[in-house]
Amino acid sequence: MADDGGRPAAGRDGWRAAAAQGLYAYGLIVRMWVRSTLAYRASFVMMAVGNFAACALDFVAILLMFSRIDALGGFSLPEVAFLYGTSGLSLGLADLLLGSMDRLGRRVRDGTLDVLLLRPAPVFAQVAADRFALRRLGRISQALLVLGWSVTRLEVDWTVGRVLLVVLMAVCGTAIFGAVFTTGAAFQFWAQDAAEVQNSFTYGGNALLQYPPTVFAKDLVRGVTFVVPLAFVNWLPALRLLGRPDPLGLPGWVDFLGPAVAALMCAGAALAWRYGLRGYRSTGS
Amino acid sequence: MTDPAGTDPEPLIDVRGLEKVFTVRRKAGRLRRVREEVRAVDGITFQVPRGEMVGYIGPNGAGKSTTIKMLTGILVPSGGRLRIAGIDPARERTRLARRIGVVFGQRTTLWWDLPLADSYELVRRMYRIPDAVYRANLARCVELLDLAPLLAVPVRQLSLGQRMRGDIAAALLHDPEVLYLDEPTIGLDVISKAKVREFVREVNAERGTTVLLTTHDLTDIEQLCRRVMVIDHGRLVYDGALDGLRAAADGERTLVVDLERELPPIDGVPGARTVRVEGPRQWLVFPAAQSAAPLVTAVAERYPLVDLSLREPDVESLIAELYARGATGTEPGRRTPDGQGAPA
Ligand SMILES: Nc1ncnc2c1ncn2[C@@H]1O[C@H](COP(=O)(O)OP(=O)(O)OP(=O)(O)O)[C@@H](O)[C@H]1O
Ligand SMILES: [Mg+2]
Repeated sequence: MADDGGRPAAGRDGWRAAAAQGLYAYGLIVRMWVRSTLAYRASFVMMAVGNFAACALDFVAILLMFSRIDALGGFSLPEVAFLYGTSGLSLGLADLLLGSMDRLGRRVRDGTLDVLLLRPAPVFAQVAADRFALRRLGRISQALLVLGWSVTRLEVDWTVGRVLLVVLMAVCGTAIFGAVFTTGAAFQFWAQDAAEVQNSFTYGGNALLQYPPTVFAKDLVRGVTFVVPLAFVNWLPALRLLGRPDPLGLPGWVDFLGPAVAALMCAGAALAWRYGLRGYRSTGS
Repeated sequence: MTDPAGTDPEPLIDVRGLEKVFTVRRKAGRLRRVREEVRAVDGITFQVPRGEMVGYIGPNGAGKSTTIKMLTGILVPSGGRLRIAGIDPARERTRLARRIGVVFGQRTTLWWDLPLADSYELVRRMYRIPDAVYRANLARCVELLDLAPLLAVPVRQLSLGQRMRGDIAAALLHDPEVLYLDEPTIGLDVISKAKVREFVREVNAERGTTVLLTTHDLTDIEQLCRRVMVIDHGRLVYDGALDGLRAAADGERTLVVDLERELPPIDGVPGARTVRVEGPRQWLVFPAAQSAAPLVTAVAERYPLVDLSLREPDVESLIAELYARGATGTEPGRRTPDGQGAPA
C-alpha cells in the first residue's frame, strides 16, 4: 500500500524497496511533527485532553443509558463497553496512523501534491504522515481504559487464545478502518470533497459499532457486513467471544474471516490509491 | 530546427515526441458540459547533454511547466518517450528524485511550518545525504545565497525572495545532476535576481550541473544560457543558440541616418523602408539577415549623409516576434473537441 500509484516499480523487489522507503519517510516526517507538537507542550496536553474528553462523552452517554436500563439489545454494560472499547481502539489507531489523509483533497485541488511527488519517498507515506496528530492518542487511551474495565467485568474465561483474539481484532480492525481512510483519500483524487463521505464511514461507522448489532435494523447490519464490512472490526468476533448468537444467523466460520476481509480491503484500497495517483494531473499554475 | 545535442551518444535529458493532453470539462449552455482536449505539450523532441544550461521560454500557457512536470515525474506523459539519465520518470519517480533538483518559483518545496534549518535537516535525512557532503553543500549555499540570518525562521514567515533562495538551496543539497528551475526569478528585485543568476552560474560551472531554466525575464536567459528553446502552443518553435534567434525570428535591424538637412522620407533603397522621420534624422528598417553595407552605400550615393548608426533587434522583440507568429494559425487546432486529435 506504500507504493506509488500507477508508477510501478520493478517487480517484487521494487515493492519491498518502496515499502521500506515509505516506512523510513513516514518515520522521519512523524518524528518531525511530534517534535514540533511537543515544542508547545501545554497546547499539546490541552489538545490531547480535549480529544480524550470528546471521546469520553460518547461513553458517558452509554453510562447514562444504563442508569435506567439493565441491558441494551440484550447486552450488559460490560459487554457494550467491550464493543465500545474494541471499535474505539481500532478507529483510534487507524486515525492516528492515517487520519491526516483527509487533507489530500485540498492538496489535489491546489496542486501542492506536486511537491510530494518531487521527493524520494512514496506519496502515500508522505500524505499519511503529514501533520501527524499526536493528540489522537486521546481517543486511543480512552478506548483502552473502557476496554480494560470491560475485560475485568466480563464473565469470560480469558484463555491465551481469547486474549490473542482480542489483539487480532484490534489489528484487523485498524487495518479495516485504515483501508477505509485510504480508499476515501483515493476518491479525493477525483472528488476533492470525498473526505466527508469517508468520515461518515470511519467516525460514523465507529459510532455504530459501539452498540450491539441487535439494536439496529437487520438491513443495516447486513450492509455493515457485506457492503462495507465494518462488522468484522468487532461485531462478529466479539459475538463469538461473548458467546452471543449472530443476528444474521451466518455460519460460525464467518466470525474468523476478519484477517482475510482486512487483507482484501487493504488490497482494494491500494489499487484505488494507485489508480487515483496515476490520474493526478496537477494544476495549471 | 537545429539539434545541437543530436550527436551526443547519451544525452542526460532525452525527450522524443513528448505529449500531454488534458481533458477538461467545459460548460456549454445551461446544462450541457462538453469534454475538450487541451494539448498542453504537443509532440516535442530535444536532447540536453550533461553540463549544459538551457533556457526554456515561451508565452503564458505554452506548456513549459507541464513539460517540467513530466520531466520530474509529477505528471505521466500522454505520449512520447522520456529519459533522464536513463530513467523513465513516470516509472521510477523516487529513484529519479535523488538525482534531480527542482525549484518552482510559484510554489515552495519546503515545509511550510518548519524553520529553514529544520527543512534542510529533513531533506538531508530523506535524501540520505552523507554528512560531509551535506555540511559542505549547506555551507556553500548559506554563504552564496545569504541564508545565515534566515535559518531559524519558519518558511511561512519568509518573504518571496528569501523563500526562493531557501528553495534553491534545498534543491541543491543532494548534489543533483539536473536542476530544473521554473521561473526562479519571478517577483524578485534586481539584486536578488543577480544573486540567484550568479549562484546558478557557479553551480553549473563548478559542479557541471545540467540546468533547464524557464523564465519570462529574458535577462536570465541572456546571462545564463547559450542555448535556448522556445515553446509555443505545446510545440518547439526554436531550439538553438541564443544568437541564432535573430535569423529564426526574421528580426529587423534598424539603420538610423542623420542627413544634412530635413528631407522627405528616403525612398527607393532596395530591401529597406523608412519608418520614422524626425527633422534631419530618419529610421530605416531592413531584415536582420541582410548585410548593412550595400544599404549604406545606396543611401550615401543619393542623400547628403552626415552620420549613421545601426541598431540590432533586442532579444525581447525577437521573442515577441516568434510568439506572435506562433499565435497565428495554430490556435484553432489546439483545443479539439473530444474524439479528434486523440492522444497517442
Ligand atoms: N492540470 C491541468 N488541467 C488542465 N489544463 C492544464 C493543467 N495544467 C496546465 N493546463 C493547460 O496546459 C497549458 C499549458 O500550461 P503550462 O502551465 O504548462 O504553461 P506555461 O508555459 O508554464 O505557462 P506560464 O508561463 O503561464 O507559466 C495551458 O493551456 C493550461 O491551461
Ligand atoms: Mg508555468
